[in-house]
Formats: sequence, C-alpha cells, structure tokens
Amino acid sequence: MILDDFMVRAALAGVGVALAAAPLGCFVVWRRMAYFGDATAHAAILGVALSLALSISVFAGAMAIALLMALTVSLLAGKGYAMDTLLGVLAHSALAFGLVAASFLSGIRIDLMAYLFGDILAVSHNDLVIIWSGVALVITLITWRWSALLTATLSEDFAYASGLNPRREQLVLTVALALVVAVAIKVIGVLLIAAMLIIPSAAARPLSGSPERMAIVAAIIGALSAVLGLRAAFVLDTPAGPTIVCVAALIFAASHLAGLLLKARMA
Amino acid sequence: MSLLQVEQLSVRYAGRTALSNVSLRVEPSEIVTIVGPNGSGKTSLLRAIIGAVRPSAGRVTRSRGLKIGYVPQRLHIDPTLPMDVARFLQLPRRVNDKLIEKALSDAGVPDLSSRQMSQLSGGQFQRVLLARALLGGPDVLLLDEATQGLDQQGSAAFYQQIEKVRNNTECAVLMISHELHVVMSASDRVICLNGHVCCQGTPAVVASAPEYRALFGSGTHGALALYRHEHDHHHHDDHLNEGEATPHDQNHAHPHGPDTQQNYPPQ
Repeated sequence: MILDDFMVRAALAGVGVALAAAPLGCFVVWRRMAYFGDATAHAAILGVALSLALSISVFAGAMAIALLMALTVSLLAGKGYAMDTLLGVLAHSALAFGLVAASFLSGIRIDLMAYLFGDILAVSHNDLVIIWSGVALVITLITWRWSALLTATLSEDFAYASGLNPRREQLVLTVALALVVAVAIKVIGVLLIAAMLIIPSAAARPLSGSPERMAIVAAIIGALSAVLGLRAAFVLDTPAGPTIVCVAALIFAASHLAGLLLKARMA
Repeated sequence: MSLLQVEQLSVRYAGRTALSNVSLRVEPSEIVTIVGPNGSGKTSLLRAIIGAVRPSAGRVTRSRGLKIGYVPQRLHIDPTLPMDVARFLQLPRRVNDKLIEKALSDAGVPDLSSRQMSQLSGGQFQRVLLARALLGGPDVLLLDEATQGLDQQGSAAFYQQIEKVRNNTECAVLMISHELHVVMSASDRVICLNGHVCCQGTPAVVASAPEYRALFGSGTHGALALYRHEHDHHHHDDHLNEGEATPHDQNHAHPHGPDTQQNYPPQ
C-alpha cells in the first residue's frame, strides 16, 4: 500500500497541518496574535510531558494543556495586563516547566528533540488518522464561523451591532489553535508551530486582494513548503521540520519581493 | 411606538461611572443628536445600545426586530488584512451586487466597490462605513462622531447626506457629534450629555438652556473657541446619592469644544 512509504505518510501529515494552519494563521496575523500562538504552542510541551507520565495520548495531553493556556491568555487579556509581558512570562515558563517535567520521566527514555522540532518521518498510520481528523475539524470550524470571525476581527462593535458575540468567536479561534498545536507537534514540533501559522499567511498577503483568497493562497504556500521541505530534507539530509519552515520563509521573501516589484512597476 | 428606549441606564467601567441614570427614546424617522464634552459617556451610550457594554443598572429596549446600522467613531483595518469595499460591505452577511451599488450610491460614493479599503481617502472611508450601515435597510442609524478626521466642508456634506438618507428611507438617526454648529440645524432633537442627561429638546430649546450654555458657552457660533466648562449648574434629577461615585467632577474647568479632537479614554 502506498501509505506504507514513510515519505508519503510524512508528506500527507505535512500537507494536512499546512491546510489547517493556513486559515487559522490568517486570523493570527490579522488579529496580531503571533505571540499568542507561540505561547499556546510552547505550553504543549508541558502537555506532552504530562501525557507521557500518565501514559495517555500525547495528542490529548498536548491539546488539553494548549487549550488551558489559550483560555488563560484570553481571559487575562481582558483584565488590563500588559499582553506582551504576560505572553513572554507564560510562553517561556510553560516551555521550561515542560522540559523540567520531562526530565523526571527517567523510566522511559524520551527523545525531547522529537517534540521540540517534530519527527515527521516517524508519523504512523494512526497518527495520520488523528492528524487528518483534527485538520478536518479545524477547517470545518473556521469555514462555519468565517464571516462572524472576520466581522469580529474588523471590529468588536460591528460584531455586537450585527447580533454576534465577539467573545464566542474568540473562543472558536482559541479552540482551533489548540487543535492545530496538538496535531502539529509530531509534524513540526512545538518550537516551530507558530512559524507554520504565520509565515504562509504573511507570504500570501502580497498576492491577495480578499481575505478568502489570502487563506487559500496561504494553504497552497503551506502545502508547497511541506512537500518541497520534505524533499529538500531528504536530499540534503537535514531535519525535516526546520527545513519545511526554511522553504516557507524563502517563499515569503520571494512573494514580498514580487509584491514590491509589482508596486514599483505600477507607480 | 419608540424604536429604542433607554431607561435609567447606568454604565460603569472599572469602578468609574461613565453614565448614570440616562433615559431617552428614539422615535421613527427622527434625527436625534447627542452632544457633550469628551468623556461625557456618549460613546458608552451608543455601545450600550448595540449591546457591546453591559449596563450596571437600567435597560435598553429595542422594538421587536429592530435593524440597527452602526457607524463607529473610527475603524482601523490591519494592513495585513486585504479587503475590498464590496467584501467589506458584505460582513457578516452576503448580499447581491445591486444592493451593494444602491447602498454605495445612497452614501454618496458610487463606483467604489472594487477598491481596496486601504486606498480610500478619509471621506470615502467614512461614507463606505455609512453604506455598510445602510445596507441592511436599518430602522435606526447610530453614528458615533462619524465625521472625525474630515474637514469642515467634508463633514457638512456628510451630514447633508445623512439628512438625505433619512428623508429617502425614513430611518431614524441617533448620532454623536462634536460639531454643534453643523449638527444643531439638521437635528429634530438634541440631547446634551455629561455623564447624565443635562437637558434635551429641540435645537432651539437646548441651545438656550442654561445647562447647555454651562457646557458649551452661549451660542454655537464660536466654532473655533475653546469653551470653558464651568460645570456648576443644578441638576433637576438629583441622582447623586451620598457616598456614591459622582459621574464627573463637579468643580473642574477644562477646555473643550467642537475642535478639540482628543482621544477618548480606552473603553
């Protein structure tokens, strides 16, 4: 069967994560939540340590802690804390506590690198099922709430005046973020998840005239980065997760350069 | 029957009283203007009406099925969010092109639908906001200093447009304005707000009321003058119970007037 090839499984996992990360990443960019994404992703390492200690599914543990972190940040955001500082404190302490907690797990030798930077070549059949279920859930959720999310992103007062509740839309994004983090750990690792959210979306911006187009272009760029990055990692014998992010960054540079050239020609 | 009814509304933010014991009604197809110094709770009042802030006391009653068109004081669209005028107008609900063209021409800016929001001038932007508010066929338009950032000519033209819209569609208008000299003539009723309703009535009645003069000086001709606010008038409704926070400092003097475009405290 074709899925027996580990490269095919890796590509499918990478493309899946890219597809879910793209529309969510657009909102992360539009709402200036980059550090929020980072904090949520970093917290997931604590979830990984806990689930290994309790012998439960890593996906479930990472998802739970990521959700807890995202909800905490959303809650505190309205209370007048300096967001930048707060996220700095939470993101790094979650990472540090996670690493310390993992060091207590002497019984099983765990390879922390696999969770920090991902281990896409070790994706199993089971992992694929979980990843694609998560991806389908995220895409469904965001497509369903798309207009409401966009309205709330533009202005909370617009949302209220249209009978929408921006708090609820924020919660939708928070849940989607935790889901993406959980399914992306194995593929890209906690340290670089935020990159897969932000870089493809930012790369799509100069090529897009509408929010819908930006989400679709971001998905294409993300998927392309995953496939090309995997190929490059195989050829160059480099770690897969970081190589995927490098490819995305190169596409970002190229698209913004193209955008500048286009502007110069039109002027 | 009134479209909107505000009864003994009080709003508090973080221990500070923004509005206290405010009551007012909006009847079909009338233009009501709210005037008042900075920090007098004008924006809080509109936000309470759209449901964006929860009253600490009193209530807001909308007539059944009331459609509200809301034009905020200012709207910032993040530069990372691509959005053309047509897409902007269709948030949160899709409508057909004919309705979009009609709303744009009613707002005085036909043929803008394919332009990016970021390319619009200040006046065009405000009119597109107006078009968005008109799109749903509102029963009442709420405008929060909709002419901020426009020059005097621009804002006079904008208010003429509002009057034209009211005459064509018979929707009621509840608006906040600093520009007394322009607004007074176009309003059916004026409400003078300073944490509480100081006085209300026809423009002529309000302009000659001692409470209004205490806030804005005598006459509205001195558009460029900075009025001194010697707020020492007596209140007809004595809502200031002993020991309670006062809605505003009774014995302060600060300059304000139609041309002081200070920023509002964060709300």
